[in-house]
Amino acid sequence: MRKLLKTLEERFFFVLMAGSTAFLALLLLMIITIIVYKGLPSLTWEMVSQTPKGGYYFGREGGLLNAIIGSLYLASGAVALSLSISLPLALAMNVYFRNRKKLVNGIRFILDLLWGIPSIVYGAFGFTIMIYLGIRASLLAGIITVSIFILPIMVRAMDEVMKNVPLSLLESAFSLGSTRREVAFKVVTRQCFPGIITAVLLAFGRGIGDVAAVLFTTGYTDNIPTSLMDQTATLPLAVFFQLGSPIPEVQNRAYAAALILTVIILAISVATRLLSRKFHKTSIK
Amino acid sequence: MYNFVRKTKDTISEAWVKFVLMLIFLLPLVILASLLNKSWMVIQTSGIGDLLFSSVWRPMAGQFGFKPFIISSVYVTVLGLIITAPVCLLSAIYLTYYGSKRMTAFMQPIIDILAGIPSVIYGVWGVLIIVPFTGRFLAPLFGYESTGFSILSGGLVLAVMLIPFILNILIEIFRTVPHEQMEASLSLGASKWESIKHVAVRRSLPGIVSAFALGLSRAFGETIAVLMVVGNVVGIPRSPFDTGYPLPALIANNYGEMLSIPMFDSALMFAALVLLMVVVCFNLMSRYVIIFMEKRQ
Repeated sequence: MRKLLKTLEERFFFVLMAGSTAFLALLLLMIITIIVYKGLPSLTWEMVSQTPKGGYYFGREGGLLNAIIGSLYLASGAVALSLSISLPLALAMNVYFRNRKKLVNGIRFILDLLWGIPSIVYGAFGFTIMIYLGIRASLLAGIITVSIFILPIMVRAMDEVMKNVPLSLLESAFSLGSTRREVAFKVVTRQCFPGIITAVLLAFGRGIGDVAAVLFTTGYTDNIPTSLMDQTATLPLAVFFQLGSPIPEVQNRAYAAALILTVIILAISVATRLLSRKFHKTSIK
Repeated sequence: MYNFVRKTKDTISEAWVKFVLMLIFLLPLVILASLLNKSWMVIQTSGIGDLLFSSVWRPMAGQFGFKPFIISSVYVTVLGLIITAPVCLLSAIYLTYYGSKRMTAFMQPIIDILAGIPSVIYGVWGVLIIVPFTGRFLAPLFGYESTGFSILSGGLVLAVMLIPFILNILIEIFRTVPHEQMEASLSLGASKWESIKHVAVRRSLPGIVSAFALGLSRAFGETIAVLMVVGNVVGIPRSPFDTGYPLPALIANNYGEMLSIPMFDSALMFAALVLLMVVVCFNLMSRYVIIFMEKRQ
């Protein structure tokens, strides 16, 4: 009897576990299906090739080009800015100060902390520095805010790979007379190139999809930004604003914008996989 | 000459690395200081106790009681975690102990993609699926009347968003359980499930708790997806089918108006400060748990 109960318990939990795992796959399928189903009918060529025309927000003609370009500008700028800080930082943790365990652990803790801070807090913080610096809501302010927000994501992803670089590789480079800069930027960076690509794409995806950080800082406009000081529309904000409209045509465009955003995210995900596989061949095992 | 160039490059890059290092130590302090500085005005006039525990919200009259927002936030967050916890735990055990290699290889990208989907997409999905589901199906089932824009919808959307986040941490934690311990348990005649229950789960209990704590702090700050489905009506929610108005949603919804009234601006920065403090506390706690765990090993 007890044995039967034991077997029953095991079977029961096995079914539950397999079920909840299958549920995850189903969930993703369900989310993507509903976004495609709702977005596809309103996704015309006009949507991706034109900026909003007069009366766009009452359901007349125009498209989302301003938001698409704005999002790409914003995310690329933020990733570039963040890379100039996160790469040296990751190298500092794994080459320059590799032996100072306490310092490195301290940095890891701070990164964990920064990683946990919600993007809305970064948005509020970005807003305060924006006012402090005396700039208005603009592409530049958005880039600065998003770059701070994706910084911990990038460093952690790079650190994850650089941690595994064997000490012997560093030692052999040093023994050949390399300076620390050469070891860091020529040996370790090259060895971890797939990891850096992954980190960049991951951060890009985060940056392009976030609303809360840019809500205060980039503003919104119907034009494609021509300078860093221009206000900028972003895709997630376009989804958010248009979904709040009472007019069905405008709501449908929100679904189209959501579909475009999802496609970009999925493309980034696929690219990450392909690129990291391709570059893996070049690193020393 | 060549060596001189190399040396100079080395010096410059070292200076940059050190500067960046300093920057990262300063960043949390700067964030904290700027939010504190901004919210100082409202703290001075209303006092922290009044801000946190009063439920009178009249920004135009200068009365800022955050209690309704804090309660909404806690309600949504805890509900989300309760819904997501069993799913995450069960899937994590399945993927670490039962799933074949092919199975894991199939599921990993799915988890990654779920983690990468922007919160606004989860929001759209919530508006299209979860809101009608709670409004037309769940609310009548429990004898409530609801439009669907409710605390429960927020909790459900949060639960889904938390899955990849918590699951990844849990899988990592289960992987640190030594094989020898599991094998020792199996060799004593325990079944696989018994070994998991009594060895793996018990051993990683602190880790599981800290994973949930991290999930909780992440959920607490989630803004846009929750904002889209909770209804955003000021008031203390009485049931999961009531509308709510969490703190992040409050900040996001009022960003336009706050500039005209300095005190309102200050109050919203105080809300951001509260979010920051909650996250810092939960992070420190889970850090402590993990250090405690490592010492015990």
